[in-house]
Amino acid sequence: MIKKLISMFSHGPLHLVIIMVAFIWILPSVGLLITSFRSSADVAASGWWTVFEHPFNFTRYTLENYQEVILKIGIGKAFLNTLLITIPATIIPILIASFAAYAFAWMEFPGRRLLFVILVGLLVVPLQMTLIPVLRIFNKLGIAGTFPGIWLAHTGYGLPLIIYLLYNFISGLPSELFDSSSIDGATPFQIFTRMVIPLSLPALASVTIFQFLWVWNDLLVALVYLGGTPDVAPLTVRISALVGSYGQDWELLTAAAFVSMALPLVLFLGLQRYFVKGILAGSVKG
Amino acid sequence: MLKKISFVILVLLLIGMLTSSVFAASNTLTILGVWTGAEAEAFQKMMAPFEAETGIKIEFTGTRDLPAILTTQVEAGNPPDVSALPNPGQMVEFAKAGKLVDLSTFMDMDVLQSDYSSTWLDLGTYKGKFCGVFISADLKSLVWYSPKAFAAGGYTIPTTWEEMIALSDKMVADGKTPWAIGFESGAASGWAGTDWIEDIMLRTVEPEVYDLWVSHGISWLDDRVQRAFELFGQIALNEKYVYGGTNAELTINFGDSPDALFTSPPNAYMHRQATFIKSFILDHFPNLVPGEDFDFFPFPPIDSQYGIPALGAADLFAMFNDTPEARAFMEYIVSPEAQEIWVAETGKLSANKRVNPTAYPDDLTRKGAKILSEASTFRFDGSDLMPSAVGAGSFWTGILDYVSGIPLMNVLMTIETTALDAYRK
Amino acid sequence: MIRTKKITPWLYITPAIFLLFFFLVYPSINTLYVSFFNYNSEIFMGIKNYLYCFTNEIMLNSFRNNALWVILFVPLTVSLGLVIAVLADRVKYESIAKSIIFMPMAISFVGAGVIWKFVYAYRPASAAQTGILNAIRSFFQLEPLPWLIIRPWLNNFCLIMVGVWIWTGFCMVILSANYKGIPRELLEAARVDGATEFKIFWKIILPLMKPTLAVVATTMTINVLKVFDIVYVMTNGNFNTEVVANRMYKEMFIFRNYGRASAIAVILLMLIIPMIIINIQRFREQEAIR
Repeated sequence: MIKKLISMFSHGPLHLVIIMVAFIWILPSVGLLITSFRSSADVAASGWWTVFEHPFNFTRYTLENYQEVILKIGIGKAFLNTLLITIPATIIPILIASFAAYAFAWMEFPGRRLLFVILVGLLVVPLQMTLIPVLRIFNKLGIAGTFPGIWLAHTGYGLPLIIYLLYNFISGLPSELFDSSSIDGATPFQIFTRMVIPLSLPALASVTIFQFLWVWNDLLVALVYLGGTPDVAPLTVRISALVGSYGQDWELLTAAAFVSMALPLVLFLGLQRYFVKGILAGSVKG
Repeated sequence: MLKKISFVILVLLLIGMLTSSVFAASNTLTILGVWTGAEAEAFQKMMAPFEAETGIKIEFTGTRDLPAILTTQVEAGNPPDVSALPNPGQMVEFAKAGKLVDLSTFMDMDVLQSDYSSTWLDLGTYKGKFCGVFISADLKSLVWYSPKAFAAGGYTIPTTWEEMIALSDKMVADGKTPWAIGFESGAASGWAGTDWIEDIMLRTVEPEVYDLWVSHGISWLDDRVQRAFELFGQIALNEKYVYGGTNAELTINFGDSPDALFTSPPNAYMHRQATFIKSFILDHFPNLVPGEDFDFFPFPPIDSQYGIPALGAADLFAMFNDTPEARAFMEYIVSPEAQEIWVAETGKLSANKRVNPTAYPDDLTRKGAKILSEASTFRFDGSDLMPSAVGAGSFWTGILDYVSGIPLMNVLMTIETTALDAYRK
Repeated sequence: MIRTKKITPWLYITPAIFLLFFFLVYPSINTLYVSFFNYNSEIFMGIKNYLYCFTNEIMLNSFRNNALWVILFVPLTVSLGLVIAVLADRVKYESIAKSIIFMPMAISFVGAGVIWKFVYAYRPASAAQTGILNAIRSFFQLEPLPWLIIRPWLNNFCLIMVGVWIWTGFCMVILSANYKGIPRELLEAARVDGATEFKIFWKIILPLMKPTLAVVATTMTINVLKVFDIVYVMTNGNFNTEVVANRMYKEMFIFRNYGRASAIAVILLMLIIPMIIINIQRFREQEAIR
């Protein structure tokens, strides 16, 4: 009993820090969530926190924003398009990057260091400067406006960071692992699929989340390489076209933000199980 | 694990290839527009009869990122067949680069000349080539007010600048705040202030001097430009005149700022803005009746010899690819039939003289159309005609800097420096 | 290192190299070339575009602001991400806490722009405030502040906070994945030896996480160089908040001066050189350990 109390006291600051930071972090989003259930007249007149004065006065809430978003956006098609873009545009670069990161980390080849330098340099290339030259070639190849085109584009833009992050993780794997496997007569590919991939799951899970998010939330690349017609347009394109030309009806964005955020959050929660403790410790022993 | 992933990829690849290999059929038309939301819906309505009649399939993309998308597509060699352009300045730039189709090669210019005032046709012409058609306009030289609030305060509509200042002083003396002003507009902050300067310029100099100013024929340091800024400052820099003072002016969104007119008691009484602000007012106060609860009067003359000029902006189309479908489209949108649908839906003012005034949604819009057609002079929004480094750059920033207290000469000097650089190009 | 046939490494990296070349290397070479020409790439200008970048007042201002971003944004995101990654590991509600910190990354930028509007919004003192910061100030009887226009420090600081809010989640996720990989036996052994938690953190955890911290810091620094949408949406660089990447976007798409936009992009590439050097040293160290 006393022990429990002591531990509670000693952990007090710990909880306090986490809860404080979490509170500050969630506050703006709570504001957005509440705003998404308010009419534009109310939003213009008073702050979102004023609903707490009478939290159960339901006349002050409305589902109108959500209704309009779902109605106007052609949500089924837009969702499907987003998935058609996002899933391949997440899996392809991660596949290619994990091969490359593995080679960078554990294989010897000439020009390795130079290529690494170029890779870090490429991290900073502004995407906006690449659009015109790349689109020019896309037109010649006839892949502008197609899904494979945008998969390639997202793959190209995502690769430097994914390789960079995966390299860091894979190169940090204990070298005994590789020595013993080599002695066992495993081929580089067997080492890759049997050791490297399973051990890198936490890293793979995190880059998956981020690449998924970037593609999911991307607007510019989709507009440039795919276009904005309802046949192919993803959610972001449709959402940004909800607001009127002069910026009127922007309150629809509050609801739209939550509609488009739902799936990435589910993915994040789902991938949490790959962030497990001591994944390495067990494997080296085994 | 790997097998599963590769299966998913394979399936998706197949779906993606299949759905996207449905290549554009021969009679489609790609259109890029600035319209989103309500305006995009209105555009679709305008297009419906055209699609039904011709069988042409329209692939319309409406995005407020139009400058970036259009620039990229044009440079990469696959522009849309037809595109709306944000302003005539951009039309000139594309025309200069030889990217636009000369419309006079196939359009009936005689009909156009009888249907449109020469202002619109001239604005659409670059070096003898007719490159752009206007379908509708927004009238900018308006001051919005609440007739009820004016009646309650015993205020009358000013017909000159002096009367407007006197009215403002009277309101201040009554313990009220005359003006609601807001210049915040995200990445375009400051544009609402440039409209003030343009309206004032039109009322203090000959239209020809206004044109010179727009084409940088006179310097930004010119006395006449300075005077326009000073007259603007007489209202905008007066902390007693403006609801919330300059801080509010710089931080309140242009769409939210007229709200101050409709609080009870009113926080402010007058708001200078274009016709489209009506949709914001009705969005925030759905119960207000146009013409009864809110109305507008023309921005009054300053130097009487220049009368009541009208400042406006307009919606402009240009053609990048010469296809039969694009030709049919251009001929359709200049027609009164198309524009009657468009103005009825959007409340914009038509550019075609043959459009029936009954097409407008309400009397307020008809009144705007009347002001536009009776104006002593009409001039296009100057900032839209200037090179974008000035018109969508240093001019916007200059307004914000001036209102935030930076000395006028420094502000004008900065704009002049960018102008010297931008017009040379 | 594992032993391979000569060709094997190339089989592994060729797809990546091909795509990187096509989407990034070739356009960068194109950018470098264009940066020596005028606005529509017709007239050779020599280094005039670069001279402009280093003499123009707004450009110099953006360099200063980017420096401010590096100084504040990088340490804040990395340290906060580290603290949360390490601390949240010890509580039962780890998953919820981490999701909350991560959430801003999932919100599209359009949504984030709206969110922060409700934080920094300004209304005259007499009216009801719609921004939470000014509502708090008015609760304490203080005048509302126009946060985004008070130059040059407060408004830049406010923008940087938006960046920190968005990107701390990134640092947390990467650092957390790394922290979970530290063998628990090591920490337990230190605890048995009587080391305080604080000491364990400084003497064991931190050194073990150093490579990943360097990676995260590099990524955040690069982020700062490319930071664009936050500034574009909230102030568009007005009131002395301009940053280099926003300037590049404007020159490219609004002012349509390709030469200048390209010169700015090349300067961004140059600014990354110190980070490359740091990473090369790390690359060497990593190899030396083996």
